[in-house]
Amino acid sequence: MVFTRFVEVGRVVMINYGPSAGKLATIVDIVDSNKCLVYGPTTDVPRQVITFRRIALTDLKCNVGRGAKAAALKKAWKADGIEEAWKASSWARKLARKEARKNLGDFDRFKVMVARKQKSKIVAAKMKSMKA
Amino acid sequence: PFPSFSRPPLPPPPPFPYTHIMTVCGPMKQYQVVGRKAPTEAFPNPEAYRMIIFAPNKVIARSKFWYFMQQFRKMKKTTGEIIDVNEIVEKNKNQVKNYGIWLRYDSRSGTHNMYREYRDLSLCGAITQLYDEMAGRHRTRPRSIQIIRTAEIAASDCKRPDTLQFVSKDQKFPLPHRVDSAKRGQKALSDTTFSVGRPTTCFR
Repeated sequence: MVFTRFVEVGRVVMINYGPSAGKLATIVDIVDSNKCLVYGPTTDVPRQVITFRRIALTDLKCNVGRGAKAAALKKAWKADGIEEAWKASSWARKLARKEARKNLGDFDRFKVMVARKQKSKIVAAKMKSMKA
Repeated sequence: PFPSFSRPPLPPPPPFPYTHIMTVCGPMKQYQVVGRKAPTEAFPNPEAYRMIIFAPNKVIARSKFWYFMQQFRKMKKTTGEIIDVNEIVEKNKNQVKNYGIWLRYDSRSGTHNMYREYRDLSLCGAITQLYDEMAGRHRTRPRSIQIIRTAEIAASDCKRPDTLQFVSKDQKFPLPHRVDSAKRGQKALSDTTFSVGRPTTCFR
C-alpha cells in the first residue's frame, strides 16, 4: 500500500469536527503521535493544537517552514495556489454540489426534476436507437 | 405534586484541548508563591521565600506552598504568611517546545525519582500531560507527585525516543487504518447507524 498523503509541515488539511469544521488549514508543526498544530489565517482557522482524528489530509501541500506564522503562511498559500487547486479538486466540487443541493428552494427542485426528466428522455432515445 | 427541583445548569464543557484532561480540577497553571514567617517584635523582617508551584488554581497553589515550605524550613501556615501569589503565563503559546521534567513520586512500594519529556505549546500543558500520564501509566495520584525541576530543552538535548521521533522538522508519516467513531470528539464514520457496505479505513 503506497501512501501519498502524509502528516507533515505544510500539509493542507480539512477540519472535520469542532468549531472550525469544514475549513481548510495547514499543519504548521507536529506535537506528537496524536496531535498537530494547525493554522489557517486565510480560512479563519485560529492557530490551535488539534488531534489527527479531527482532520482529514488532502492532496495539497504548501511550502512553509515549521512553526510558520500568519504572514509566511498567507504568502505560501498564494504562491502555491492552494485556494484554486482546492476549488478545482473533486473533493471540493463534491462538497459544493452537496451544499448547492441542500440550499435548493422548491422551485429549484422543480427545475432539477424537469432537467432530470429531459436528460433521461435523451438517454432513453439514444439507448433505443442503439438497440435497434 | 412533588416539588420540582431545578438543578443549576452544568457549566459548558471545557473547550478543546482540555476535554482529554483527567485531573478533576482542570489544566495545571504555574504560580509564583512568595511567603515568609510572620513578622514578630524580635524579627520584624523575616526572609521571604519564593516557590514556583504547579496547581489547578490559586487556592491549591497556596496549600502546596505550605506543604513544601514545612519540609524545607521551620515555617507553617499558622506561623507564616503568604505575601503574594501570581500566575505565570506562558510567553509564547504559538510554538511547540520540548520540556524536560524532573519529578519525585510515591509508588505503592517506595518513592522514586523520574525524568520525563513532553512536547507541548506551554510548560503548563506539559505538566498537565505529566500528571495525566503518571496517573495512567503508574496509577500515581497528583498528591504523590512532586515536581522537582522543569526545563525547556533543545531538540539536541532530548533523550526519550517518543519525543525524539517528532523533533526533526522533516518528520512525516501517513495515517493508516483510520477508525473514527462518534465518540471522543470525532466525526462519525457514517451518518447512518446501519450501512450496506463496510467502511473504508484507508485514505491513501
